[in-house]
Amino acid sequence: MALSHPLPEEDEAQPVAPAPAWRGPLAALGRLRESPIAMTGAGILLFWATLALLAPVLPLLDPNTPMEPFKFPGDVARDGETVFWLGTDHKGRDMLSRLVWGSRRVLVWASLATACAYVAGVLMGLVAGYRGGWRDEVISFAANVLLSFPVMVLYIVVITRLGASGLNIVLAVTFASAPGIMRIVRGLALDLKSRDYVQAARARGEGPWRIMLVELLPNVRGPLIVDACLRLGYTTVTIAMLGFLGLGLPPPDPDWGQMIAETQPLGSLAGHMALLPAAAITSLVLGFNLLADGLREISLRD
Amino acid sequence: MGEPLLACRNLSISYRTRSGDVPAVSGFDLEVGRGETVGLVGESGCGKSTVAFAIMRHLGRSGFIADGSIRFDGRDLLAMEGEELRRLRGGAIGMVYQEPMASLNPSMTIGRQLAEVPMIHGGAGRGEARRQALEMLERVQLPDPERIMESWPHQLSGGQQQRVVIAMALLGRPRLLILDEPTTALDVTVEAGIVALIGGLARELGTSVLFISHNLGLIRETCERVCVMYAGEAVETGRVGAVFGAMRHPYTRGLLNAVPVPGADKNARPLVPIPGTLPLPGERPPGCNFHPRCGFFEPGRCDRGVIPMREAGPDHTARCVRFEEIDWAAARPRRMPAAIASPGEKVLEVEGLRKYYALPEKPLAALIEGGGGQAVRANESIDFAAREAETVAIVGESGCGKSTFAKVLMGLETATDGQIRLAGREVGSVPVERRRPSTVGLLQMIFQNPFETLNPSHSVGYQIARVVRRFGGLRDREAVRARVMELLDLVRLPRAFHDRRPRQLSGGQKQRVAIARAFAGDPRVVVADEPVSALDVSVQAAIARLLLDIQRRNGTTLLFISHDLGLVRYLADRVLVMYLGRIVEQGTVEEVFSPPYHPYTEALLSAAPVADASVSKRRILLEGELPSATSPPPGCPFQTRCPRKLGRICETELPPERVFGGGHKILCHIPPEELEAVAPVLETPAEAAD
Repeated sequence: MALSHPLPEEDEAQPVAPAPAWRGPLAALGRLRESPIAMTGAGILLFWATLALLAPVLPLLDPNTPMEPFKFPGDVARDGETVFWLGTDHKGRDMLSRLVWGSRRVLVWASLATACAYVAGVLMGLVAGYRGGWRDEVISFAANVLLSFPVMVLYIVVITRLGASGLNIVLAVTFASAPGIMRIVRGLALDLKSRDYVQAARARGEGPWRIMLVELLPNVRGPLIVDACLRLGYTTVTIAMLGFLGLGLPPPDPDWGQMIAETQPLGSLAGHMALLPAAAITSLVLGFNLLADGLREISLRD
Repeated sequence: MGEPLLACRNLSISYRTRSGDVPAVSGFDLEVGRGETVGLVGESGCGKSTVAFAIMRHLGRSGFIADGSIRFDGRDLLAMEGEELRRLRGGAIGMVYQEPMASLNPSMTIGRQLAEVPMIHGGAGRGEARRQALEMLERVQLPDPERIMESWPHQLSGGQQQRVVIAMALLGRPRLLILDEPTTALDVTVEAGIVALIGGLARELGTSVLFISHNLGLIRETCERVCVMYAGEAVETGRVGAVFGAMRHPYTRGLLNAVPVPGADKNARPLVPIPGTLPLPGERPPGCNFHPRCGFFEPGRCDRGVIPMREAGPDHTARCVRFEEIDWAAARPRRMPAAIASPGEKVLEVEGLRKYYALPEKPLAALIEGGGGQAVRANESIDFAAREAETVAIVGESGCGKSTFAKVLMGLETATDGQIRLAGREVGSVPVERRRPSTVGLLQMIFQNPFETLNPSHSVGYQIARVVRRFGGLRDREAVRARVMELLDLVRLPRAFHDRRPRQLSGGQKQRVAIARAFAGDPRVVVADEPVSALDVSVQAAIARLLLDIQRRNGTTLLFISHDLGLVRYLADRVLVMYLGRIVEQGTVEEVFSPPYHPYTEALLSAAPVADASVSKRRILLEGELPSATSPPPGCPFQTRCPRKLGRICETELPPERVFGGGHKILCHIPPEELEAVAPVLETPAEAAD
């Protein structure tokens, strides 16, 4: 039997690709499981973040009340009940409580400072990369001047001129980090602005701000997330360092850097007073760095 | 002839992935005789390149040969290891890849790279190797080989680079040359030259060639035998004449019906896309891999068991259980031409358009030469008009200024000189940011690269809705959503795609979204810059047809920029042929595709490979390269490559525009009578047209 041509006349059957599972933000977090490094980093960060969040409700002693000085970890107070799980410092304040409250402080200010640096850096980078021309020259020149300044000097100048306060730390970190962020974003924007979807947006008459914020910004997100993790680590170190130099957040509230500075001369007497905050700083920074490494590894796999 | 040079038997190749082994190629048989040229054809993802890499034994870390054998020149390739294999690669088996620039080391001169081959594979000394390299450069017909030897890869054009890569492959005195899409990245006229060169050299040196391509026309014109691959299997093999003329597999037929043929009437030969998509390796259906897309599918027979390769004639096999029952001679599907809206008023008028890009000046050079900065003359005096509901195609090779013209039109760049009137409003010197929103909405664009045309961060629905909000005048959330759904229906995408991200779509589907987006604001003019050139042939036909349907329905003017003459013939009402920023010929499709021709149009028509065995074609090869747009030749722009050059006058004077009745204009010095006397490039026998 001979068949005549059976093809449908007008409409071709519609190619429908199998729908891949929807990947929302939660699923993206699930991908962290692909990298053990990222999981370790995220675990450390989660530990500190939980402590910081729960500090007010945890059964902790007051971090600023002097009790019995020079207690070692596990010592019991004179009342026979209170246990100093991590000992006390030279003024008799509970170390455990100071560490937990200190984590709250450093996480809040480090995040705030990094976020501010990002807002400034991303906006400058988008404008410089996408608009180009004189805007690029002005922004890039300013960034180069700031980058050529030793960071340490920049911090000391800002804090000594404006005084030691949380907001001034945010300001100092923004000044120091924004130029680097701006460079990354500028490079990405330069690459992306020739893409057809950006041309398509221009061709329908979208304004430059909409193109920068809606078309470009979501697509520079990937590399920036890795960078943000690393930068959070640096900022943690910066805040600790400023505290150590006495330029940090004002006392008496606990600050890890300050804790080391106050107690390190007594290191031979009671090492835990300086070592514990130092270990806390190290672990937090390590957490950020591991997470950044893991995220990079995952992003390279695609 | 004895044993074939290369024989793959029952070859199966798999890739290891995290979710288990994925079979890429299975039960694949192929023979390449001595001195024979065999084509391997199929859509992307069908396993062509995997076979090539398996023959080179270069499957990377995750690929491995699961079963079968590969014998080369009487030896078992799969048993070879280390040193033996290294001597073979680049020696007895040479390979040429698609991207010539990626095959050449950018930090070595051409001479040194070429000389390495005889030094490593032939044990030649430095002087001897150089001599051989020089000789081979002459053989691949590169002008001034001495100079090329001293050049760096980036100083050569794409066509020259590919000739160097071929020379490099041939220097190892290969008995088998594997060409993996060697001309896909090149222009048609350059492609024609390279294909002719490969054919000539293979005959001269007695080299066997395995020619891998997705381009059916190219395979038909270059190969003696062909193997059609689908989803990792060979589905039909045989002599080119038999496979293309009397195919015995529905997939081969589908492929051929999906390719437009320049020279054939679009109403006699409608494009028929293959429905569905290529199954992913690992998701292949039971029985015949092609059955979900096949028009001859019979439940119970086609979707069961293993479908073997069967004899369909002398030296002709096909993997189809039903080929005896199918009436292959039955008339091709026919479609009545859609009612062509008669062209109305002029929507777009371009007059004396010129676009120069200033090159960044080198201060020192400017000081010495005294003159102003150089300029890239992308567009030089363009004049034409497009009417309502008309499809105007702009054809020409890369670098002829067609994309620049599109950008100027869209307002992404501004014209250096001249005027563009869109629906009566002057827009030539107005950048898109300063155009009135109502003007911007009149003119929309479809871009070439489906992978860049959609913003990867936003859903399909959001991107279409944005255009609807801007130009549709709709504010209400529900109304916008309803309109987006309508547009998805229009481009025949399921409504569920509203919430999909671009990365979840195939190339063809992305291009459909791009079409929906372009038509969302009811534009008067749509510019489509090579909208299907990045897609597979079976998808190309579907997208081209869709574009045409929507355009006709809406009465939109379509400016279709393309280098594919077959497609232009199929889609366009009028054609503009561009060369070096000038329109060298314009007229209706019938006028441009038949004599009198501009000599450049004639060469372009001849260069386009034709898959239809019934079409005969006159060969014209162009010499040389496209001149640089910074210093175009004086006189006629085409004089440096023109096969019909008259003499002095072509070098000194810009040719006059000769008018051949109606709107048919040719920019040439040759007298009209002589141009009219030229024979047609493509001859279609009467019975094929009927």
